[in-house]
Amino acid sequence: MVENALIDWSRAQFALTACYHWVFVPLTLGLSFIVAVMESIYVAKKDEFWKKAAKFWMKLFAINFAVGIATGIILEFEFGTNWSNYSWFVGDIFGAPLAIEGILAFFMEATFFAVMFFGWNKVSRKFHLASTWLTCIGASVSALWILVANAWMQHPVGMEFNPDTVRNEMVDFWAVALNPVAVSKFFHSVLSGWMTGSIFVIGVSCWYLMRKREVRFAKASIRVASVVGIVGTLAVMFSGDSSAIHVAKYQPMKLAAAEGLEDGGEKAPFSIVPGVEIPGMLSILATHDINGFVPGINDLLDGYTAPDGTKVLSADEKKERGDIALAAFKAYRENRESDPEAAAQARKVLEENVEYFGYGYIRDKQDLVPPVWLVYWPFRIMVGLGCFLLLLMVVVLWAERKDRIARLTWLQWVALCSIPLVYIAGQAGWIVAEVGRQPWAIQDLLPVNAAVSSLGTGAVRTTFFVFVAVFTLFLAIEIRILLKAIKKGPAVDEPQVSDK
Amino acid sequence: MFEYVFLQQYWWFIVSLLGGLLVFLLFVQGGNVLIFSAGRSEAERSLIVNSTGRKWELTFTTLVTFGGAFFASFPLFYSTSFGGAYWLWVLILISFVFQAVSYEFQTKAGNILGRNTFRAFLVANGFLGPFLLGMAVATFFTGSDFTVNKEAVGDSLAPVISIWGNGWHGLEAFTNIWNICLGLAVFFLAMTLGALYMINNIEDENIVLKLRLRLWLSSFCFLILFVAFLLHICIAPGFAVDQDGTVFMEKSKYLHNFIQMPAVLVIFLAGVVLVLYGIVRTLASRKYRRGIWSTGLGTVLAVLGLFLVAGYNGTAYYPSVTDLQSSLTISNSSSSLFTLKTMTIVSFIIPFVLAYIIYAWRSMDRKSLTVDELDETTDKY
Repeated sequence: MVENALIDWSRAQFALTACYHWVFVPLTLGLSFIVAVMESIYVAKKDEFWKKAAKFWMKLFAINFAVGIATGIILEFEFGTNWSNYSWFVGDIFGAPLAIEGILAFFMEATFFAVMFFGWNKVSRKFHLASTWLTCIGASVSALWILVANAWMQHPVGMEFNPDTVRNEMVDFWAVALNPVAVSKFFHSVLSGWMTGSIFVIGVSCWYLMRKREVRFAKASIRVASVVGIVGTLAVMFSGDSSAIHVAKYQPMKLAAAEGLEDGGEKAPFSIVPGVEIPGMLSILATHDINGFVPGINDLLDGYTAPDGTKVLSADEKKERGDIALAAFKAYRENRESDPEAAAQARKVLEENVEYFGYGYIRDKQDLVPPVWLVYWPFRIMVGLGCFLLLLMVVVLWAERKDRIARLTWLQWVALCSIPLVYIAGQAGWIVAEVGRQPWAIQDLLPVNAAVSSLGTGAVRTTFFVFVAVFTLFLAIEIRILLKAIKKGPAVDEPQVSDK
Repeated sequence: MFEYVFLQQYWWFIVSLLGGLLVFLLFVQGGNVLIFSAGRSEAERSLIVNSTGRKWELTFTTLVTFGGAFFASFPLFYSTSFGGAYWLWVLILISFVFQAVSYEFQTKAGNILGRNTFRAFLVANGFLGPFLLGMAVATFFTGSDFTVNKEAVGDSLAPVISIWGNGWHGLEAFTNIWNICLGLAVFFLAMTLGALYMINNIEDENIVLKLRLRLWLSSFCFLILFVAFLLHICIAPGFAVDQDGTVFMEKSKYLHNFIQMPAVLVIFLAGVVLVLYGIVRTLASRKYRRGIWSTGLGTVLAVLGLFLVAGYNGTAYYPSVTDLQSSLTISNSSSSLFTLKTMTIVSFIIPFVLAYIIYAWRSMDRKSLTVDELDETTDKY
């Protein structure tokens, strides 16, 4: 029997790696775009100032980039090392986006990053600019394919279970690639990276303004970053709205947990904090209709009849169907060579119940409820901080356009202190997405207890602490190097060395 | 059915090719091993780090893509080997992770651990990366301790299909002398490639002289170890698969594979000849600096040949010594026909990717790296 401790340590290790990875990736996504915009202005205006500005942010980008790569490789291989059964059970579908990510995106990033960073005096100005854009595009394409893979875990489509090979097999690539959840997730995640990059640039620039250093550089950086950030945040909000619709449709338990909604119904209220609600708002967010029906945790456990008359099975009924599917699978495998008739009968039963196959591994129906507080609060933190940061960027842009930003010390402080907040918002978003899906590794298809590798708990616990130590060390070093580099500054007043 | 078999063979070829490219690109690791031994002054060490440092992302990316391609085309290998030989893969990953940050961090102000510590990480990865990867590949020929039981999926309490047979989870590979032999051979090959790459990429007489001396040592050790491993696998029994998928031991299986697949033999021998040509010509002539290209191409071909011998012609490429019938073959571990077809269309992008890598590489490396260039630029590690 798979031990609970093994499952929990494996989850902790994966969560740790994913959280650390998402510390570094959003800055890569956002800063690469801002750098590309600045270098484009340099090439268009042939103004060395913009080249210096781009090079400074590029330097910070490079410091951050390496740690993102380091954490990313561990994440990819952990699907094999810690979730080996997952890798077999759905590898036929899940492996493809990872391979495409490598072939399509990683080589683009790796090749043109070297040109972007070392090629200023080696290649033409236009080739260099193209390399900077290709690095930025490579980072986003890489995010696209890993998010296609993640979206498939939230809403598995385009596959069928094959009892002969004992795995799920892809039958429709485009259904996987164009999964509506993936489309929303791509814009929501990548453009949240623009937010991170923008708040980072604005915060650092405001620090220069406080010190009355690099004023022209700081104001120019704020101008570019706040425009990128506002566009990004608006798109994040728009894609967040479609994400809510998808969650309501495909992962109703996640939505119920995110709202702490025990009992659902029509005109469901949106909880701002416990005890403070907006009537009907959750129905609007989840269904775009104030009368829309939103099931609560108890409805999903006990079963309910939707307004259109559809009967949704209770957790016990789903578990029962899952048990039938597992038994039919075993009967099919036992008889497929010796008794074709019995095998055909078992296969028929399996196909009728295969939708609930994953429920056969659920030990207790209460396991189907994710930890509510760990989904409820991060959701509020994400949305609250997102709204605050949008407001901040609008105010900062207004102050810069009115030439007041250099005098508004309080605004500079708020912007500087907002750098950690944008990271908290990003982390909170992923906690909602991933914790909300528990206990499923793949929604309704494969719970974590059936996905985990057969390892000793001690081995996974050891690597967990090794990774804690390594990632924390890297983060501490990165922050210290970034602070030193920022303190040194871009030195835009220094004499220029002309490039080709 | 023919189409499925063809695509399985095609994808084994792609994975093998990626494996060959990866071993070639381990020149980054092999070069880093020489940071302290070939670089006596700071200027020399900086030259070495900046020479390999402009290529490390390609090695890293190839490793990741090798893993991704293996996952997509042979998922049972991904789940069995990575989940089973846990410690071996974790050690490989950790060594590469430290390498990834060390270039960027080593000379930066505020890096806490100091320049030489990060360079020591580069040296450590320079040894451990090739050595452990070589050990992992050696198990393709020597076998591992695992069972695969797909019926386990029907057990709601213990549904894991791939089970490792011992608690060492990959560390037991150190107890087989032939795994260590190939591991060391790959390490010395990487060092050879690193020396050849830097002889070509760095314009500095002092360093080049020292690199030539290291090249004698590394190529000699590589040849001895590689020939020993090759003789061993040609003589020892190999893991054969008959028509109905039953795995059995066949004496000199890998030698038979070479003989029964002349095209693979030609690829392999061409690779060996090119490897030797690059090494011998570089050692023979002080003016010859292009040995990396022939030895590099030879490495790709030789490793490709070895992988093909491990997987083609009715051979179990990831054998189980515990339960022969659990051994992985390219037919029992591959993705479905649909996925292989889809991935095949994706694979047509690879020549385009190779083309832009070559274009960017040539644009960046028109001139060899010099101390003067590093003195004049801030765009360096």
